[in-house]
Amino acid sequence: MDPKDTKGRVKIPRQKMPEQPPQERIRNFFEVPLGLSPAQAMEEAKRCIQCKNPLCVGGCPVNIEIPWFVRLIAEGKFIEAARKIKETNGLPAVCGRVCPQEEQCERVCVVGKKGEPVSIGRLERFAADYEREHGEVSVPELPHSTGKKVAVVGAGPAGLTVAGDLVKKGHKVTVFEALHTPGGVLVYGIPEFRLPKKIVQSEVDYLKRMGVEIVVNAVIGKLETVDELFSNGYQAVFVGTGAGLPNFMNAPGENLIGVYSANEYLTRVNLMKAFQFPEFDTPVIRGRRIAVVGGGNTAMDSARTALRLCPEEVTIVYRRSREELPARGEEVHHGEEEGLKFQFLTHPKRFIGDADGRLKAVECARMALGDPDESGRRRPVEEKGSEFCIEADVAIIAIGNGANPLIPQTTPDIKLNKWGNITIDQDTGRTSKKGVFSGGDIVRGGATVILAMGDGRRAANSIHEYLATGVW
Amino acid sequence: MYEIIEKAELAHTVYFFRVKAPMIARKRKAGQFVVLRLNEAGERIPLTIVDSNDKDGTISIIVQEVGKSTAMLGDMGPGDSILDVVGPLGRPTHVENFGTVVCVGGGIGVAPVLPIARAMKAAGNTVVSIMGARTKPLLILEKEMRETSDELHVTTDDGSYGHHGFVTQILQKFIDEGRELGCVVGIGPVPMMRAVAGVTKPHGIFTVVSLNPIMVDGTGMCGACRVTVGGKNQFVCVDGPEFNAAEVDFNELIMRNRSYLKEEKAAMEEFTYHEGAKCYEK
Ligand SMILES: Cc1cc2nc3c(=O)[nH]c(=O)nc-3n(C[C@H](O)[C@H](O)[C@H](O)COP(=O)(O)OP(=O)(O)OC[C@H]3O[C@@H](n4cnc5c(N)ncnc54)[C@H](O)[C@@H]3O)c2cc1C
Ligand SMILES: Cc1cc2nc3c(=O)[nH]c(=O)nc-3n(C[C@H](O)[C@H](O)[C@H](O)COP(=O)(O)OP(=O)(O)OC[C@H]3O[C@@H](n4cnc5c(N)ncnc54)[C@H](O)[C@@H]3O)c2cc1C
Ligand code: SF4
Ligand code: SF4
Ligand code: FES
Repeated sequence: MDPKDTKGRVKIPRQKMPEQPPQERIRNFFEVPLGLSPAQAMEEAKRCIQCKNPLCVGGCPVNIEIPWFVRLIAEGKFIEAARKIKETNGLPAVCGRVCPQEEQCERVCVVGKKGEPVSIGRLERFAADYEREHGEVSVPELPHSTGKKVAVVGAGPAGLTVAGDLVKKGHKVTVFEALHTPGGVLVYGIPEFRLPKKIVQSEVDYLKRMGVEIVVNAVIGKLETVDELFSNGYQAVFVGTGAGLPNFMNAPGENLIGVYSANEYLTRVNLMKAFQFPEFDTPVIRGRRIAVVGGGNTAMDSARTALRLCPEEVTIVYRRSREELPARGEEVHHGEEEGLKFQFLTHPKRFIGDADGRLKAVECARMALGDPDESGRRRPVEEKGSEFCIEADVAIIAIGNGANPLIPQTTPDIKLNKWGNITIDQDTGRTSKKGVFSGGDIVRGGATVILAMGDGRRAANSIHEYLATGVW
Repeated sequence: MYEIIEKAELAHTVYFFRVKAPMIARKRKAGQFVVLRLNEAGERIPLTIVDSNDKDGTISIIVQEVGKSTAMLGDMGPGDSILDVVGPLGRPTHVENFGTVVCVGGGIGVAPVLPIARAMKAAGNTVVSIMGARTKPLLILEKEMRETSDELHVTTDDGSYGHHGFVTQILQKFIDEGRELGCVVGIGPVPMMRAVAGVTKPHGIFTVVSLNPIMVDGTGMCGACRVTVGGKNQFVCVDGPEFNAAEVDFNELIMRNRSYLKEEKAAMEEFTYHEGAKCYEK
């Protein structure tokens, strides 16, 4: 096709992502979207009109040179495309799958003004998968060692990005992770059917091959404090401990058997593989009817996980209406295909148990949308006398997280905001404590993978500068 | 991997292990615990650190076989290794000079009481200990408790050794005698801790219990370990494990610890059964 044939390009339809059919996939934990074929990817890539002034790049929080890598795919140069992406994004196989593209790069794509935007995320995933599956992931040549040591606390997307960037600059990096597996939310939160764990594993292996040392089972604040890391010879510390402490509603009956936080439910199933109980030792209550409270990605992941554990009915209970659902449209659509039910404008008031303390129903009230609140969204108000019960033996509370207290408890000179999140200088990622940088969910509260990685990138640059100059 | 250096059988189904974990050994204080995972398919189980040795880099744990994971650990011995050991978790015991401290340990609860008794002693307290078990062969650490305490009372439910009855009866006697008690530390099965709280609460005696809810991560991320204390949700792994006994909702804890009775039984019975992610209930 003539590169200037813009009209011909926009006529190509957006390529359909092959998927496991709903009836099949709710009986397994394998990935739902199967990935574009090479032919499909090349066809999709041709839809990009190679804008002179590509808006998509500005829509991506880490400014991937999108037209460039897309052109390489159109030319069949898949490995080169993957390398191009990796110049700016260390975890393309992850972001291509879990980024809210429709609100970022793809939202501003000009092709999307008239029809559907270029599938940037799927192409990114395609390139990264192709590179990994064809065994051509090469380790870049590393510069001469600077002799400086950096400690990274937390092996989530923020911490892993910092680690990757800093080894490439010649520093020695040790990542301390509290759990027994690195990856943060990517391994304990986001389910296998959305992000296969072997992908996270291979990204972690790549970092190790570049020389990053990863110490698991290391809870900083307990095993060693931040100050002790400095006295052990680390010259800078990055804190990427993510969100912690799941929020509860403080509703009566919330501690009944069968009421889980989304973190607990997902950790049991994803990290501890409770779906393979009793081959794996960690149990989870499978339940017959499951109510999931909340409307974000975490609620959707919990609900779709629950569907795969075989209950009769899984219902999302959300206090606003469908329009306000914060979860990605694609996830809601996938959930509905899988038989997920919704109770909108509904708020749980009380959890009701049987004589053994096991959950049997959730009492809810109907809500109406009132005037907008500080966030600009219309505030739900309870309709008096509208109470009704939803039968449920498992309830999963997915209403966000607070901040983990372990580091602040032992390092009081790191300043926090009123919610307990670490405050940083926006341009450098510096905290109030000399030599300590931070980013990701511990700073932002719940955010996204790509924002956490963007924070990591920025912090890595300023750590590099700080190590070179010693100026704080 | 964390190597087991030494093992001893303290009582029927109760084992003592010394495990190589130098970093944890260096930091650990009385009242703290570890979470361990035996192998790739294992669950994460919390166990109190009973003692540690900074010189040889070991920590000691005492475990009672109650289900699959603890039974598997009970089968391990010197030369075997535990896949993951993470800690020291939880807040250390609040140790100060209270004057007289009564340390009450029931059953396997004597294991976590011992390091606290030692720390209280080191802080200048008069340590009066009461330890109990169902029957004589189940008593553990009597010698160590005797060495640590200014006064030791032993009880058995069946009267096979020491005082015939419950630890709380001795505690009640102290109160009736008008002894000045600065602090009571009670650790054991939840019903025992509830009973201790019941004895001391009417007299306003400051009482600390160490709670043992079901845990997963042990780092404050999942909320599995939540317990109502003073009407509020507390996460035992980061806010505890020790709490003011007068404020703890023990009944809720007893209830929540029964969450997986059915599954735990199945795990014991069907060690190898595997259906994967398949849906066999539909
Ligand atoms: C269920 C779920 C679904 C999501 N879906 C999406 C999605 O589709 N798209 C998207 O973009 N975002 C999604 N998010 C949000 C995204 O996962 C997070 O914003 C992102 O992971 C934050 O990265 P992080 O590195 O800051 O923290 P985390 O990923 O939380 O990692 C922090 C790590 O630090 C470790 N740690 C904590 N304390 C300590 C300590 N004291 N010492 C050592 N280690 C410690 C933790 O164990 C963890 O491994 C989802 C989140 C959840 C929970
Ligand atoms: C802070 C703390 C310190 C502890 N210290 C000791 C100790 O020093 N020695 C000792 O023998 N035991 C101790 N326990 C209890 C020990 O963790 C459980 O006995 C063990 O997890 C049981 O596992 P299982 O697979 O053998 O039994 P299961 O068959 O799984 O369960 C048997 C019982 O153990 C409880 N249990 C199951 N899984 C967990 C879990 N992940 N976390 C907590 N409890 C669970 C169940 O409520 C049940 O009542 C402690 C618990 C806590 C929370
Ligand atoms: S990283 Fe996310 S926002 Fe950036 S191009 Fe990829 S999918 Fe789009
Ligand atoms: S905005 Fe769309 S069409 Fe333009 S370069 Fe980016 S992806 Fe291609
Ligand atoms: S065990 Fe998960 S928060 Fe305490």
